[in-house]
Amino acid sequence: MARMTMIEAVRSAMDVSMARDENVVVFGEDVGYFGGVFRCTQGLQAKYGKTRCFDAPISESGIVGTAIGMAAYGLKPCVEIQFADYMYPAYDQITQEAARIRYRSNGDFTCPIVLRMPTGGGIFGGQTHSQSPEALFTHVCGLKVIVPSNPYDAKGLLISAIEDPDPVMFLEPKRLYNGPFDGHHERPVTPWSKHELGDVPEGHYTIPIGKAEIRRKGSAVTVVAYGTMVHVALAAAEETGIDAEVIDLRSLLPLDLDTIVQSVTKTGRCVVVHEATLTSGFGAELVSLVQEHCFYHLEAPVVRVTGWDTPYPHAQEWDYFPGPARVGRALTEVMEA
Amino acid sequence: MDEFSRLSLHVPEPAVRPGGQPDFSNVKIPKAGSVPRPEVDVAPEEIRDLAFSIIRVLNREGEAVGPWAGLLSDAELLAGLRHMMMLRAFDARMLMAQRQGKTSFYMQHLGEEAVSCAFRRALRKGDMNFPTYRQAGLLIADDYPMVEMMNQIFSNESDPCHGRQLPVMYTSKEHGFFTISGNLATQYVQAVGWAMASAIKNDTRIAAGWIGDGSTAESDFHSSLVFASTYRAPVILNIVNNQWAISTFQGIARGGSGTFAARGLGFGIPALRVDGNDYLAVYAVARWAAERARRNLGPTLIEYVTYRVGAHSTSDDPSAYRPKTESEAWPLGDPVLRLKKHLIVRGAWSEERHAQAEAEITDEVIQAQKQAESHGTLHAGGKPSVRDIFEGVYAEMPPHIRRQRQKAGY
Repeated sequence: MARMTMIEAVRSAMDVSMARDENVVVFGEDVGYFGGVFRCTQGLQAKYGKTRCFDAPISESGIVGTAIGMAAYGLKPCVEIQFADYMYPAYDQITQEAARIRYRSNGDFTCPIVLRMPTGGGIFGGQTHSQSPEALFTHVCGLKVIVPSNPYDAKGLLISAIEDPDPVMFLEPKRLYNGPFDGHHERPVTPWSKHELGDVPEGHYTIPIGKAEIRRKGSAVTVVAYGTMVHVALAAAEETGIDAEVIDLRSLLPLDLDTIVQSVTKTGRCVVVHEATLTSGFGAELVSLVQEHCFYHLEAPVVRVTGWDTPYPHAQEWDYFPGPARVGRALTEVMEA
Repeated sequence: MDEFSRLSLHVPEPAVRPGGQPDFSNVKIPKAGSVPRPEVDVAPEEIRDLAFSIIRVLNREGEAVGPWAGLLSDAELLAGLRHMMMLRAFDARMLMAQRQGKTSFYMQHLGEEAVSCAFRRALRKGDMNFPTYRQAGLLIADDYPMVEMMNQIFSNESDPCHGRQLPVMYTSKEHGFFTISGNLATQYVQAVGWAMASAIKNDTRIAAGWIGDGSTAESDFHSSLVFASTYRAPVILNIVNNQWAISTFQGIARGGSGTFAARGLGFGIPALRVDGNDYLAVYAVARWAAERARRNLGPTLIEYVTYRVGAHSTSDDPSAYRPKTESEAWPLGDPVLRLKKHLIVRGAWSEERHAQAEAEITDEVIQAQKQAESHGTLHAGGKPSVRDIFEGVYAEMPPHIRRQRQKAGY
């Protein structure tokens, strides 16, 4: 066991996977010699050679398209899209090719690829380095969508993703790379070295895709969150003193509906939190499912706390990023309803 | 007074529209046998001319001439002729089946049979094609069961794709035929990735990507050339220039570049143009490119200069955008008739044997059709199960799809 940042945990997952399976290859922009702009792939080229970890031309559609071809051959490409915001040129390859190859060929061809991409804001990345595009993927049948919230999960889930026989979108909240950011931008970030979820086994382990984790037990209200917002929700619960149960989804598609339903059935109240914009965001799906499955147990309307329906601003980042104060207000609102 | 006048947009137009006289005077056709055949390890910059010429083997007298000739035996050529005739007969029957409402849609190969049929002969078992919708000849020339193709077209209970794919979007890993996408150019870069994987694993297999002239405007075409060039992938990048992208003439996608093949030059990829209606020339060039790939010399770009005689699909009416007689004026002739003539000149074939073969092939296709129709057609007979809608989205069915399947009653 070692204390790791999420960057180190992600790197360790690729390292372990590449050591275990020579068909695992890692490529993307700057990931080879340099080790990636966030250093997630640092050292992998030196260790596994430049045909298993290499730099790619700046062509996201080319990167994903070639990964699909490699997967059709029998390799297991684990690809880095430098920022989730750069994924759009590859959207066609992801959603209409990778996602459907198994289905349209009736399993004659499959596409076991992993697309890793840093997501979310909080690093002053402006409109083009801060997006949370998960809803664009959860709407696509054939993909799996994962958003880890800590180093331990990041490693176990990434290894599961690499071993998964289907295409997996692995969205890494970049604000969590170095510490469990709780939304208090005026405070220094607590490093993962001081957090128990920074305790990461050095060897192989997996976390099943499609299973949520309850991060905080509570009986008054259920908060459904993922990624950075898990930590914001935990902070909000502590600061308001409301007995909130915080669910960390970890996997958005497939979704652990049972855990959500059990919790909301118990608490009777629900707040959904995500960083992505409100309209048609993944929160809409969550609220709809809660309504469908827990309607007769609800004691208040389900509330969403999300980014605003605007592009991600640069200078006003902290007014955009849903922090503990906004989540706290939502918790109070549902408790008083 | 400004020295510059106002700007105006240039929108290219084909030489002729419906009602006009077909005009292919812009297609410069070198004499058969006149284009040199370089060594496969030639430096790309030394063969820049091949991106602007047209490699031809069969002359107007039906003789095979020049440095690209002499690679195929009589038996191989007869097999090639049969493949093209099979594809033509298959097309005719399936076109009719679509008109009879037995399927929703069909896309024929009329005039382009040599491209895929001859190319397949240059590949080996285990190589992989990433085709478009107009390379069924790859399957026919690899003896893929015609009944299976028809089952796919009819979306019947024996359809290998379980009714999930549009007609003609076949798939066969065993026969080196990647599942077809309707989205254009996506498969081109996937071919490069497959070839890169083969090189990463120090394998001996190669890949071939396929694209039409119109789709070369897609960004994935350019991504493919970047990746193929950068990693020297063992891939053959095929451009089938059949002159028409539905109703849009090839000059729209080609823009100001001299030829489609010339686009490879900027990437340092050897690029050749070949007479796509000349079975011998197509085979010779494909074999040259395949040898380059197998010798680890990297990618080759090939432009097949041909003409789409039929409609783009059963939903298209070419008389609305080009002269009805344009296909007859196409200066490179009919690939089936040209190979037939060549074989007769060689003394390996005759008009009588050809007529007999035509009758036999037609009968064979009809028998296959009967067999396929016994499994159902789109609107009659056996169908894939509704349960199949929900299967195979993922390796293992997740709970939300299982709930939906149960809700649907399956």
